[in-house]
Amino acid sequence: MHKIVLRMMHAGIVTEPARAPDPALRALSQRLETLALERLGRALAVRHVDAGSCNGCELEIHALGNPYYNLEGLGMKFVASPRHADLLLITGPVSRNMEQALLRTYAAMPEPKLVVAVGDCGCTGGIFGESYASRGRVSNVLPVDVAVPGCPPPPAAILQAILTAVTSDRRSSPASP
Amino acid sequence: MSFALERHTVSARDWIPLLQSVKQDGGRLGALWASDQPRAVHALLVVHAGLLQLDLPVTGVEYPDASTAFPAAVRMQRAIRDLHGLRSGHDERPWLVHGDAPYAFVQVEGDGVHEIPVGPVHAGIIEPGHFRFSVVGERVLRLEQRLGYVHKGIERRFESMSLADGARLAGRVSGDSTVAYAWAYAMALERAAQATAPPRAQWLRALLLERERIANHLGDLGYLGNDGGLAFGLAQFSRLKEDLLRLNARLFGHRFLMDRIVPGGASVDIDRAAADAILGEGERLEEEVLALRAIYYDHPGLQDRCINCGRLAPPLAAELGVVGVAARASGIAIDARVFPGFAPYEELAPALCAHRNGDVASRIVVRFEEIFESLRLERQILASLPQGEARTTFQDPHEGASGVGWVEGWRGEIFVALEVGPAGTVRRCHPHDPSWQNWPALEHAVLGNIVPDFPLINKSFNLSYSGADL
Repeated sequence: MHKIVLRMMHAGIVTEPARAPDPALRALSQRLETLALERLGRALAVRHVDAGSCNGCELEIHALGNPYYNLEGLGMKFVASPRHADLLLITGPVSRNMEQALLRTYAAMPEPKLVVAVGDCGCTGGIFGESYASRGRVSNVLPVDVAVPGCPPPPAAILQAILTAVTSDRRSSPASP
Repeated sequence: MSFALERHTVSARDWIPLLQSVKQDGGRLGALWASDQPRAVHALLVVHAGLLQLDLPVTGVEYPDASTAFPAAVRMQRAIRDLHGLRSGHDERPWLVHGDAPYAFVQVEGDGVHEIPVGPVHAGIIEPGHFRFSVVGERVLRLEQRLGYVHKGIERRFESMSLADGARLAGRVSGDSTVAYAWAYAMALERAAQATAPPRAQWLRALLLERERIANHLGDLGYLGNDGGLAFGLAQFSRLKEDLLRLNARLFGHRFLMDRIVPGGASVDIDRAAADAILGEGERLEEEVLALRAIYYDHPGLQDRCINCGRLAPPLAAELGVVGVAARASGIAIDARVFPGFAPYEELAPALCAHRNGDVASRIVVRFEEIFESLRLERQILASLPQGEARTTFQDPHEGASGVGWVEGWRGEIFVALEVGPAGTVRRCHPHDPSWQNWPALEHAVLGNIVPDFPLINKSFNLSYSGADL
């Protein structure tokens, strides 16, 4: 046990502080926390679905949980069930084999059913495009609130996309019809 | 220098006897795929002399069942049926092209047996697939996987592409192995063109491949600690991985090094300052990973979860044709960097890291050892990186030329079999992921274990869905 404690002390807290060299990330993070609380009154619950990705985007979504980005510390959590989710984070082009599972996941979500499409594939179908096996971009299958390009988009960009989706919440935004 | 590839056309009558004699001589099945023009099934076999490719022209729609010699062929043949309509073997259920018909899982019957269906959408942030457990109480009697959910038509996509664009697609067959795939594709294309990348490019490629190995092993060790109840491990290892990815972004312009290996060489080069940054990072990593290894190995709770958990005994691993980290943890001494070796690994002489227990703990040990070996290789590469160009250009190979790439990725060996079409296009490209061989082994490794250990066992293999779903 003492070795673990020593190691923790050695590593310290790497979560990037307000004056870290990446101020954009920090500003985003703080806004996310405030916005999530304002809009939802609690932490933002996110459900991820890989609808056909090469798994590159998954690596960056994983990275959001590492101590540098420390997502859970910022009022956002990944949940196991779509029934608990405010926001659906979708990677990949939508494969024909995943289309039904994706639609069911979406149907199981409560409102506001925010959807963020992650990566070039989610935005446009990417290099895989549309074919006998792929429906292409996520918006061919579901209404998408925000799409974040990149192959894969870095963690800060995914974070920004989530923030954008929360601010453009169709239900609570006065601008939306 | 590189491995030898022998290629023969064989008849349906000789197909099975030949495969069986290869097996008896200690050979194994690397990959199995088909092509349409002309209709043929191709087997890539790893033998003592290097690679042996057997081409079986198919006149009707049936061909002999290769799984009688190599059990790993079953799913590959099911994929061939879905993609090319050529039939073989007893299992007629679809694999990659699901369609709408319900899927008939094998039923286990008996007192108290019940089924737990999991997926395709899993609880965590992972790729989709379906696992059907048949259990009594907590004990797993049978696991049946149904994969293919992320099948997105990669092989057909290749056929609409130029050779240059194909390199980008190859790098996206399985994102976590982008470097290995890009290298295997470049190797296949260069062999088809009878060209070679400049020496400096080959050493740079090895540097990138080892960085991919280190990054993935760091990530896996973190998640293995986490799944074993040691969240401390995830925090520490994911911090180290992030450091490495950030250095990748700074030095090479991409965190996962996508499109950094290109046909003809590497699209990046390094200077003295970059080399120093990598060496400094390596020194820190070695110190930190050594300390974390001591904690993992001393931690009674973690060891209790990992030792004898998810055991894949060496004879079974050999029979199933398991490859990569999983093979080496089950006493099978295979690593394409060591044998056959490909430039520059003949000069780097990497050590093969292996264990014989075949359990989760062994797969952890192999990953730790491979990180240290990769760090040593990085130092060796940076100490004697050849001078010269990092990239060369070559003429597109003529129509009908073909080549095979063979690279040891972090998960296991990756093959790319490429055939060139007219005017610099891809006629046929089969990228082969080690997960093809290793997924069925996971079905065996989990038997007799309890359901809550499945995530840990699964993570210790960490197989690619996308790589094998194509």
